[in-house]
Amino acid sequence: MQLATMAANPERVDLEVVASFVTPGSRVLDVGCGDGALLKLLQGEKGVDGRGIELSQRGVNQAVAEGLSVIQGDADRDLATYPDGAFDFVILSQTLQATRNPRTVVEDLLRIGRRAIVSFPNFGHWRIRLQFISQGRMPITSNLPYSWYDTPNIHFCTIKDFLGLTEELDAKIEDAVCLFGNGHRLTQSASWTVWNLLGEQAVFVLSRHQPQMF
Amino acid sequence: MSAGVPNHASPAALQVEKPSSLCMSFAETLELDAGDELPGFQLAYQMYGELNADKSNAILVCHALTGDQHVANQHPVTGKDGWWSLMVGPGKPIDTDRYCVICANVLAGCMGSTGPASVNPATGAPYALDLPVITIRDMVRAQARLIDALGIEKLFAVTGGSMGGMQALQWAASYPDRIFAAIPIATAARHTSQNIAFHEVGRQAVMADPEWCGGQYLDKGKSPRKGLAVARMAAHITYLSESALHRKFGRHLQDREALTFGFDADFQIESYLRHQGMTFVERFDANSYLYLTRAMDYFDLAKDYGGRLAEAFRGASARFCVISFTSDWLFPTSENRSIVHSLNASGANVSFVEVESDRGHDAFLLNEPELFRTVSGFLRGAARVRGLEP
Repeated sequence: MQLATMAANPERVDLEVVASFVTPGSRVLDVGCGDGALLKLLQGEKGVDGRGIELSQRGVNQAVAEGLSVIQGDADRDLATYPDGAFDFVILSQTLQATRNPRTVVEDLLRIGRRAIVSFPNFGHWRIRLQFISQGRMPITSNLPYSWYDTPNIHFCTIKDFLGLTEELDAKIEDAVCLFGNGHRLTQSASWTVWNLLGEQAVFVLSRHQPQMF
Repeated sequence: MSAGVPNHASPAALQVEKPSSLCMSFAETLELDAGDELPGFQLAYQMYGELNADKSNAILVCHALTGDQHVANQHPVTGKDGWWSLMVGPGKPIDTDRYCVICANVLAGCMGSTGPASVNPATGAPYALDLPVITIRDMVRAQARLIDALGIEKLFAVTGGSMGGMQALQWAASYPDRIFAAIPIATAARHTSQNIAFHEVGRQAVMADPEWCGGQYLDKGKSPRKGLAVARMAAHITYLSESALHRKFGRHLQDREALTFGFDADFQIESYLRHQGMTFVERFDANSYLYLTRAMDYFDLAKDYGGRLAEAFRGASARFCVISFTSDWLFPTSENRSIVHSLNASGANVSFVEVESDRGHDAFLLNEPELFRTVSGFLRGAARVRGLEP
């Protein structure tokens, strides 16, 4: 099972979770799709009609050369061109923190997708908090291995911050998964505060509260 | 020898009436955007590879401004390899072992399709400027007749670079149900002011040559070689990037040790451009150059759809792969990206790759492995969906 092999890469265990939310045969846009690994998986195993956006030329070229429909672009600039409700699922995995305008990006996700699936690293994780308090320097972890001066991640947030954004945008949380360690899940019965402290990554499935008028 | 072809006709001129390729005549009139119609016309074309039983494996290649139907065979006039022989052929990205590749000389061209050098049936003399101005849409309309005649209902793909890319976009807009995939390369949905400006320089160079004779040079046994060569020289600069030019020529002197303090071709780049100009006039008709540059200038796909390019692609069921090159300043990535945005807005299935290259606009004709990987990968993916057997 490919999903399981993918989970062998602990840094991208979120992809397995993301994939599990996607219904077979749906229309999917993967924003920040890299070399198209997730799209390929979703096409092969769930028969989705998949499209991707990727910033890095190498990723795009590799994906297109494999027959995937991927455009070179970025979430900040290119989401605006898609029509309302164009996709069943719009996926933003591990990319939110690298966008210039995360709020606009999430708004766009909700506009063009029936469901938005957003995964991001939780900056509220205890190890990050501890590093910052004990060393007084920008935290560097195995999940977030960059120095402050060369990081692509310019808008970190915690799980609580993200919840705040969903409230501001009046988005409905359809589902959520919190990951720690080697892909272990925190139970949904745990409070947001516990998620925020123990979760290394979070995956949220959002929808618009009010169906949009087309 | 056909009427209207002078006895001293060059090898290129002979191609006008009797092309060294397949050729199909159409007796029915062809309506033109200019408001006129052609009483009949002919298209010279080449085919490579075999059409499969249900005729679902045809790829139409559309050539650029000074290209022709000789995509992947030795050129009958220059003796050189076809202009896209790196891309098209057995085992090449557009694999003729798998696909049937068709390329027709465009309407208003000069390699056998009806153009200004062709004989006007009404007068028995070359059309010259009596040929109505031809548009990209007219070219595509004529191609569609050819595809009809070949019994092909739906092309597997249509592709081309530059003006060829414009035709691919026009196909998507005019005949959305007749193409399964489209690969517009290094192109634009409209000619920009700068593009038009360069073309106007070229046309003025042709028309300023006294041998142009108001367009009647064929009748008078003359040829505006100098004007056309200058046009080609100016245009050729726009096909290259500054860095590619510098890498290739720098400030190197041509066959001499020092500057001559005169106006000879002191520099290699001058000599190179003069050579480009001189060889071009051996194979190209000056009036055809006027018509084809005009066709590109007039191209503005959005204009035909209320100013909204996305409307042009509404109902497009084809899969698109748009490709641009980083150093192409004639048809820059921004123009290609705006095509992608419009395709997104219309809900089309689109891929977009910007290939890193410092060779400018001409990169689409050259050995660019990333381009080849993209085209072959995209076609492979599309063929899978189309159900074409490998």
